[in-house]
Amino acid sequence: MTVAVTAGGRARTTSLRHRLAERGVDRTLLLLAPALAFVLVLFIYPFAYGLQLSFTPAEGGGALANYREFFSDPYLRNTIWKTLGLGLPAALLNVLASVPIAYLMRGKVRGKRTLTTLLVVPITLGTVLTAQGLLMYAGPAGWLNKLLIVLHITDQPLPLVHNWTGVFLSLVITGFPFAFLLTLSYLSGIDPSLEKAAATLGAGPWERFRRVTMPLLAPGLAITFTLSFVLAFSVFPSAQLVGKPAGQTRVLSIAAYDAAFQKFDYSMGCAIAIIMAVVMLLVIALVMVWRATLYRGSTGGKG
Amino acid sequence: MATTIAGPASGRARPRWWAVAVWLVVGFFFLNLLALVASVVVDSFGTRWFGTWLPEAFTFHWYSDAWREFGLSSVLLVTLEVAVVVVAVSLLIGVPASYALARREFPGKRLVMVLFVLPILVPPITYGIPLATLLYKLHLAGSMPGVILANLVPAVPFVILTMTPFIEQIDPKIESAARMCGASTRSIFLHVLTPLLVPGILAASILVLVRTVGMFELTFLTAGPSSTTLVVALYNAVFAAGIRANQSVDAMAAIYTGSMLVLLVIALRYVNPTQLVTRPREEPAE
Repeated sequence: MTVAVTAGGRARTTSLRHRLAERGVDRTLLLLAPALAFVLVLFIYPFAYGLQLSFTPAEGGGALANYREFFSDPYLRNTIWKTLGLGLPAALLNVLASVPIAYLMRGKVRGKRTLTTLLVVPITLGTVLTAQGLLMYAGPAGWLNKLLIVLHITDQPLPLVHNWTGVFLSLVITGFPFAFLLTLSYLSGIDPSLEKAAATLGAGPWERFRRVTMPLLAPGLAITFTLSFVLAFSVFPSAQLVGKPAGQTRVLSIAAYDAAFQKFDYSMGCAIAIIMAVVMLLVIALVMVWRATLYRGSTGGKG
Repeated sequence: MATTIAGPASGRARPRWWAVAVWLVVGFFFLNLLALVASVVVDSFGTRWFGTWLPEAFTFHWYSDAWREFGLSSVLLVTLEVAVVVVAVSLLIGVPASYALARREFPGKRLVMVLFVLPILVPPITYGIPLATLLYKLHLAGSMPGVILANLVPAVPFVILTMTPFIEQIDPKIESAARMCGASTRSIFLHVLTPLLVPGILAASILVLVRTVGMFELTFLTAGPSSTTLVVALYNAVFAAGIRANQSVDAMAAIYTGSMLVLLVIALRYVNPTQLVTRPREEPAE
């Protein structure tokens, strides 16, 4: 602002700044700039770059050549079903199993902190260690099979690793604690006095669960399911290590990785990554549409 | 197990059959989990283990083998460097942003929040492949800067989502009071805000540390031979099983488990378990 500026000009600039400040836009917002630039450059731009790359196939043949190849080659196309065939049952089991356990733990229960702490362990250890552990423990000479033979449940060691079962087990080991902790935090957000009110009105335990808790919990369960599904859907290390990466458990992420970093066809790799994102979004959208039909009011609690 | 059988909040201590069944299932889960980790640890100490319940004899030499064969001293050093740099940079970028988000309501704030939630919601392998492709094109991947950049992508939003609610609960009147007493922006920041932010920053950094050390996908996609972290080295060893004795792979797995557990014990002093695995704040209101 120089002295030469007329009074009218000054008034206009101050008023603009003032108006912006009133809407919360001032210099403090500059603090956002580095983080915003970071996410745009390293997250949004790579996605856009990958999308564009997927439409410029390495071997020519038009913009859609990669996608056409993916959907016409059964070996590639079936990776979608294999991924869904692992991710959906695993996520469903994890969410369904966590409801009764979280229901028991919703109040002040002894050992709650211990249990939640223990449950964090498999998640922090991660899928690579889980995979190696499964190979040892559930392998043909592992303790699990030995025990099953000693107990005469089976004569032959059960094939629990290097197939679908192995990956499924690893998804349950890392996914169940995750689903449980989320469900527990949603359940703790439901006001317990609602249930007490239902009890005073004569509702039994099962009725209270079915008619009071469950409807309030359902939207939270939809979110839990979505996050568990996303987690299980992007399975990579365990599908490689305890699965059969060339056959039964050739999931989308393996196909994408192979294309991009084994065959060095980055264009195809990005195309598969995009297909993976789209399939995931479709499932999430379906769950969210279902969630929109549920009760969405207050749960009366702190959540 | 028996000690944990207790009634729900209502205070009735009468265990019901389904409650018992649920606890049995939980117990079964943990028993298997324990056996899973134990079989790795036992094998890493065993000499020969074939067809019996326990190895024939016990030894420590797989650990020195693993340490030498996998170059664990340099792997651990890389892991530490990556983790420390990621924590430091993500705090530098994330904390100011969380301050702005906590203190201001502005048009487009929801969009900005969505932008910051996305890198945490989208699984790393999905955006990791285009990101790694881009980093290779820029000749950044295969080296430390590439690994650090890739790991920062979920770390920065994670810091923001941890710190924003933390800053929101610091009363802005404290800052106004300091300013009214004549403090400059600089001294408000140094003498008022920073001391108040320390617990939050501590929690955020330990969360990012644990997540970065355990982050497999992004590091795997961008690491080269000299920038491999512990979890990627472990994956490579398991994947190439047969080249080396399984016991030395297990020894490395035990080292990894040990370091993760140490981090976890430290982490749980500052944050609650749920924060470690989920987004620190519940689903943004819809």
